[in-house]
Amino acid sequence: MAVLSGTAVEHRPAHPPKNRLRWTASEEASGLALISPTLLYAVALLFLPILIVVAYSFWTQDYLTIDRTFTLQNYKTALGEPIYQDLLMRSLVISLVVSVVTVTVSYPIAWFISFHGGVHKNLWLFLITVPCWTSYLLRVMSWKVILGYGGVMNTGLLSIGVIDKPLTSLLYNSNAVVITLVHSWAAFAILPIFVSLEKVDRSLIEAAHDLGDNKLMSFLRVTLPLSLPGVISAFLIVMIPTVGDYVTPKLVGGKDGVMIATAIQAQFGKGANWPLGAALSVTTMVIVSAMAGLVVLGLKLLVRMAK
Amino acid sequence: MSGRHGIPKSRWLPAYVTVYLAFLYLPILLLPIFSFNNAATTTFPLAGFTTKWYASLWHNTALLEAARNSMIVGVSVAILSTVLGICAARAITRYRFRGQRAATGLIMAPLFLPEIIFAVSLLMIILQLGVELSLVTVILGQVIFCLPYAMSVLISGFGGFDRSLEEASLDLGETAIGTFRRVTLPVVAPALVSSLLVSFTVSLDEFILAFFLSGTEPTLPVYIWGQLRFAAKLPGVLALGSVMILISILLLTLSEIIRRRAEHRLRAEGALNA
Repeated sequence: MAVLSGTAVEHRPAHPPKNRLRWTASEEASGLALISPTLLYAVALLFLPILIVVAYSFWTQDYLTIDRTFTLQNYKTALGEPIYQDLLMRSLVISLVVSVVTVTVSYPIAWFISFHGGVHKNLWLFLITVPCWTSYLLRVMSWKVILGYGGVMNTGLLSIGVIDKPLTSLLYNSNAVVITLVHSWAAFAILPIFVSLEKVDRSLIEAAHDLGDNKLMSFLRVTLPLSLPGVISAFLIVMIPTVGDYVTPKLVGGKDGVMIATAIQAQFGKGANWPLGAALSVTTMVIVSAMAGLVVLGLKLLVRMAK
Repeated sequence: MSGRHGIPKSRWLPAYVTVYLAFLYLPILLLPIFSFNNAATTTFPLAGFTTKWYASLWHNTALLEAARNSMIVGVSVAILSTVLGICAARAITRYRFRGQRAATGLIMAPLFLPEIIFAVSLLMIILQLGVELSLVTVILGQVIFCLPYAMSVLISGFGGFDRSLEEASLDLGETAIGTFRRVTLPVVAPALVSSLLVSFTVSLDEFILAFFLSGTEPTLPVYIWGQLRFAAKLPGVLALGSVMILISILLLTLSEIIRRRAEHRLRAEGALNA
């Protein structure tokens, strides 16, 4: 499927116009004019709202009125209260584990499709992505059905006699959250890795073999470093969104699997403390971005060492 | 890190792919299986075949109402995000201008953001402006969410376009609009249809934005969320879920077929021209 794989592609016009008349007739003006409806829409409904969240995080709320004097109090609460610290910490750990596991288990699939997919590459990609396009809510629900006390796994194992009584450790914990999220994000990891593997020049791998590298060495020294951009996108596209996941912890996380999104949502519902909700959102974004940056750096270092 | 997995032991790699596909598909196949099960619980062994859960869907007015809402939202979102996607994808593939990278980055940003954060930020701005939550607010929000998907499909559709055709048309005296309608549109039409179908599917399944922005008019996922609290409602939800999954898969397959046909045709034409 072309979705996502197209994001990295940029097309430059092959022939810039020779005679530029006025700026309004120029390529630049035409391009800006054409993109402006979409850009204005994104500015109005994506960029501005995010700016407002940032602004709110420095304000305070007194019942229904907003006090617009600058304060760091919300951030003190967000970073200082043990409950928010715990939720934030758990969300970060879960998103890190989910992204590492997803990228690791997905890499061989992307590799398989790229190197052994043959003429059916598109069909393979389609097969892999279809489950990820079906309703996210329903997939989470289905994991609940699988892992529940009277669920598929337990009743299945009981009826074939592997266990004598249902396992309670399957559902309502962080593991259930991780399994469900890995399942949800698989295709998002495979596609960018696949795209970068497609760009790897096969003759370089042959050259490495000819020069005496075994398969492992040529993989570590040629294929992996060249596919690193895809691995990095896969990490970012999985790690950052999962940190704020709301549905999965709610449905399969139980008490031990609650994540930060639940706390953010509470501030906009009955708890109604928008500035604190805003500060929690900003804190989550900043920390997860920093963590993603560290992971990217670490990956680059690892690959350099492997060379 | 995943080094060991990348090495072709041609014996176990296909086995690994099989296990992986099973992991991807089994949870999705479970819903239809239990939706035909003659019991209110989801346990093995199965208790016999029934279609009563499907029959019960037709008499559920709240559900039909939610389905109608989902249709309205899905169609509007598909059209809006495809139209906005065409402008942006065309600008990006056809022209070069300052700020292009930043503009593309902003439009694509929802792929790299936790959904709850832009759901919450939209909720704040909408309530601040004093706008009532309704299906309109859901549509406005979901367009932001669907744009990256529409854009990806459209960029790859426009990217394969041979610009010399357009230049020829312009040289022969056709206007810019006329060229778009008579030369560009027929070539990129498959990408447009693909974008409409993908956006509709994404909208149909989208939950978080609909949950925050829908007010008193639920879409199907929001309706399902409300039903999950009641164990007795589970079989009905499973039947509804199976129908939705079937619709998603059909739409995606259709979009993929259209896209691939167009690709073949373009390739064939390219070979002829060369």
